[in-house]
This record gives sequence, structure tokens and C-alpha cells, in this order.
Amino acid sequence: MTHVTNVETAEVVKGRSLWQDARVRFFRNKAAVASMIILILVSLFALFGGMLTPWSNEEIDWNLMGDVRTLGGPSFETKHYFGLDPLGRDLFARVVQGTQISLMIGIVGALISVVVGTLYGATAGFIGGRLDNIMMRIVDILMAIPYMFVLILLLVVFGRSIFMLFVGIGLISWLDMARIARGQTLSIKNKEFVEAAIATGVSTPKIIIRHIVPNLLGVVIVYATLLVPSMIMFESFISFLGLGVQEPLTSWGALINEGAGQMRYGTLWMLGFPLFFFLISLFAFFFFGDGLRDALDPKDR
Amino acid sequence: MLGFVLRRIAMAVPVILILIIFSFVLMRAAPGGPFTKERALPPVVLENINAKYGLDDPLLVQIGTYLKNIIFHFDFGPSFVYQDRTVNQIIADGFPVTLTYGFWAFVLAVLIGGALGIAAALKQNTWMDYLAVGFSIGAQALPNFIMAPILVLVFTLWLSWLPGGGWWGGPGDPNSYTSYLVMPVIALATSYLASIARLTRSSMLEVLNSNFIRTARAKGLPDRTIVLKHTLKPALIPVISYLGPAFVGMITGSVVVDMFLSTGGIGKDFVQAALNRDYSVIMGITILVGMLTILFNLLVDVLYAWIDPRIRY
Repeated sequence: MTHVTNVETAEVVKGRSLWQDARVRFFRNKAAVASMIILILVSLFALFGGMLTPWSNEEIDWNLMGDVRTLGGPSFETKHYFGLDPLGRDLFARVVQGTQISLMIGIVGALISVVVGTLYGATAGFIGGRLDNIMMRIVDILMAIPYMFVLILLLVVFGRSIFMLFVGIGLISWLDMARIARGQTLSIKNKEFVEAAIATGVSTPKIIIRHIVPNLLGVVIVYATLLVPSMIMFESFISFLGLGVQEPLTSWGALINEGAGQMRYGTLWMLGFPLFFFLISLFAFFFFGDGLRDALDPKDR
Repeated sequence: MLGFVLRRIAMAVPVILILIIFSFVLMRAAPGGPFTKERALPPVVLENINAKYGLDDPLLVQIGTYLKNIIFHFDFGPSFVYQDRTVNQIIADGFPVTLTYGFWAFVLAVLIGGALGIAAALKQNTWMDYLAVGFSIGAQALPNFIMAPILVLVFTLWLSWLPGGGWWGGPGDPNSYTSYLVMPVIALATSYLASIARLTRSSMLEVLNSNFIRTARAKGLPDRTIVLKHTLKPALIPVISYLGPAFVGMITGSVVVDMFLSTGGIGKDFVQAALNRDYSVIMGITILVGMLTILFNLLVDVLYAWIDPRIRY
């Protein structure tokens, strides 16, 4: 009798997968959900914001150019919703364009680190032995280098361009990820399913890609979402110094620098709008990443 | 222990050598030299200048001379742009300033960050904990180049409490020494303070929930003893391993502080040199910072091995 009821309840209670569990946990975290909404809004702004304004990011408004400090403030009449920049260009269009570049840098940087770092770390961890030793020593050595100085050196030698920025970001972003992926690999490489794969004669590269990497994904995703803001900060740092993106293109860091240079003259909108976008997006990225971590990696709660 | 330290030093030497050679080759491989100006110099003059700075020697000889001067005389050579200054002078002028505010920023981040993390962990799930966690997640988004303009805006332009940059000019200065120190230190420290608080909190919680602490509680030890004697030491181990990256971050951040607050440290010289293609200055500062970083990481490793008996060395 009891046996039968057990079976019945087992049918009624539906099993929940790990990902469903994680989703429930994530949506219970209000800060994380709010962050997700903010991030969606900021992305929409970057993608479609350009359609809302008649101005482009390069065009100078000759009518107001001579008197940016008094007439260049945000206004609907002149259709400069965020005002003008010091040279008389429309700040709204420039913020849209800067947001595009900053988000792109963040996402590309995170992608490079996910692909390179995960494969590197998984290979080192899975094969182990001397190869592991050498590969991780290389990571140690690269980490010991003050990369920001080396990157500035690279930018000086090869000229300042977005391409060089990507190269620089690509060179350093994967290091942490490689360490994390290796640590995670070490903890799963002796599990039964890997043993089974080895026993049935699956080749090593295939084991790494088909069996190890998918099991790293949870940790990798969490870390990647936290990498996006740190890549954005990295680029903003360089651009703040005037060594990053070059005119007429711009990014959050360059815009903030431009605005901060003008704030003594009372034209605070030039600092305020880029700073606002930078801060809400980065806050959102960090709280979002934190929510994801709590959801996917419950041990840290 | 001594063997461990020696081995670490032995590993640091090739890293520094690689850094020097790498940056040297990179500099020489660059299209256009430091004397390539908009108005081209007559070839004879260019030749003379190149001879003066030893730029006409074969590359290997140049690297050899450069290395020899650094290793035996700690001499980074003359600046290519400022005729009357050597790289050593530029570093000697700026570096003490960088070290001063860097040191205080580091102390502030470690002490307050650590205290905040410990307090949050001990009062887990109270309003204090939530406040500390919220702050430490949010403040990660406040790197030095965001903090510096905000601080100037608030403390100089709105409140007029602090000078908007610069550095103490001696006893005749109307502003006090500390007033120049406040903004650089806060700007540098904020984001690292947040990270340290976060790390301390989570590692404290992990230790507080471990078996040996439960044993200590079960045998009736007072809370004070448990926290001070048994929890702190193991809980601080992950925090110590973060000190290396924090140090690098602060040195890097000094570039922004020097640029934006005109504190006169080496950061400004570095960016100026980068814009002027003053090769010897860029290399000198990069190599110096690299050496410091490696030295500091070495110290952290030693501290780490000393505090954590599980580490075999």
C-alpha cells in the first residue's frame, strides 16, 4: 500500500533541474532582477538611441558653438537632450556612441577570456603533470607584469587604436579565467563520467571540449559577467588618460574625462550624463553578476 | 624557508629580465624614433643625435649597455625629450610622492576594508551586514578615475574644503599637508577597500561555519577568544593573496591621480612620456614598477607561507 502511494507522489512532484533551481533563486534576488532590467534598457539605448536624435556624434552645432557654456545646456528646444560637449557636438549622440563602444569592449573582452581562458585552464588541468606546471607558470609570470603600463607602452609603439585596445585586453583578460577553469577542472577530472570517456577511448581534445568544458560553464558564466564591467573599467581607464579610443569616436572613459575637465566652468551636464550611464551600468553589472553567482554557485551564500 | 625565498627570487630575476628586454625591443621596433618631428631634421643632425644617445650601435650592443647600466649603476639613462633631466632624476622627483599617497591608500583599504568585512561577518544578516555588502558590491564600480572627479566636485567646487589638486609646497603653504593627501588616498582606496571588505566577509563566514570553530564554541570559549585567536588568522589568508593585485592596481591608479589631481608623482611623467614618445622614461618607469610589483608579490608569498602552515615551501 505504502509502496503505491510513494509512486503516486513521485509522479505528482515534478523534479526540478539545476538550471530551474538557479532561475528561481535568481528571480528571488530583487537587486539582481532590477539590474537585469537596467542592463536591458542601457543596451536598448546603445542600439536605438541614435534614432531619437537628429544630430550625429561628429556634427558641430555652429549656432551654439560659440557659447556652449551658457547656451549649450540640455534642452528640448534645440534637440540637444543632454546638451553639447565642449566643442559644440551633441552630447546625446556622443553618449549613445560611447555606450556602444564601452559595451562592445566589455563583451568582446569577456568573450575572449571565456574562450581562451577556459580552454587553456581546462587543458592544463586535465592533462596535468609537467605541461600543467609550465602552463600555469606562464600565467603566473604574465600576472606579475604591471599590464596597464605594458599596454600603454604597446599603444605608444603601435599607435593608439581600438584594435590595439582589443589586443591589449585579449592579452590579459584570460589569465584569471584560466586559473579558475583549471581549479574547477582538477575537481571534476576524476569523476566517473570522465573515467568512462577515457575507458571508451575518446581522444583527449574531445574529452576536454565535450565533457570537461560543459561542466565548467556555471562558474565560467558567473565569472564572465563580472569580467564585463572590469573590461569596461579597463578601457575607460585608458580612454580617461586620452590613450584609448580616438576622436571622433568616444567611450565612457573619454567622455567622463572631457566632462571632468570642464566642471570648473559649471557645465556639469558634460560630466553628469556620461557618469550617470557609467555608474548605473557598472552597478547593474556587479549586482547582476553577484545575483548570478548566488544562483548558480549556492555554496557561497 | 630560506630556500623557498631564494627560489622565489631566482624566479623573479628572469621575469624582470624578460620585461626589460621585451620593452626594449618593442621600443626599438616602433616606427619613427623620438626625434622624428613634424619638421624633419637634417640627416647629419639626426646622425649626430643618434650617435650621442648610442642609437647607432647594433641592437644587441644597445641592450647590453642598457642592462649593464641598470644592473650595476641602477641608471636608466638620459631622457630623450628633456635635455637636462635623466630618467633617474624624473623618478627621484616623482616617486616619493607616489609612494606617500600610495602607502596611505593601501593602509586605509586594508584596515577599513578588513574591519568592515569582519564586522559584517560577525553580525551576519543584520542591517549592518546588508549595508556593508551593498556598499562593497556597489563601490567596485567606483574606480579611481570616477572617484577623483567626484571628490573634486564635492570637496573643492561645492564645499571648498580641500585644494583641488597639487601637492604640499613646504611650510609656507596655506593648506596643510593632510589636505593634499585626502583626495588621492580616497580616490585610490575606495574600490580596493570594497573588494577587501567583500573577501574578508566571505572568508570569515566560511571559517566561522567550520568544524573547529564549532568545537571551540562547544567547549565554551568566550566569543572574543574564538574570533581573535581562532578565526582571524585562517580567515585572512585569502585576503593576503589579494594584496598583490591590490598593490598593482594602486600603482596603476596613481597614473590617474597624478594626471587628474596634479599630485606630481611618476604617473604624470609616464603619460607625458607616452605622448611625447620619450622612450627611456617610459621604459624606466615600466621597469621600475615591474620590479616593485615582483618584489611586493614576493613579500606577499613569504607572508602567505609564514601564516598558512599548510603551504609547503
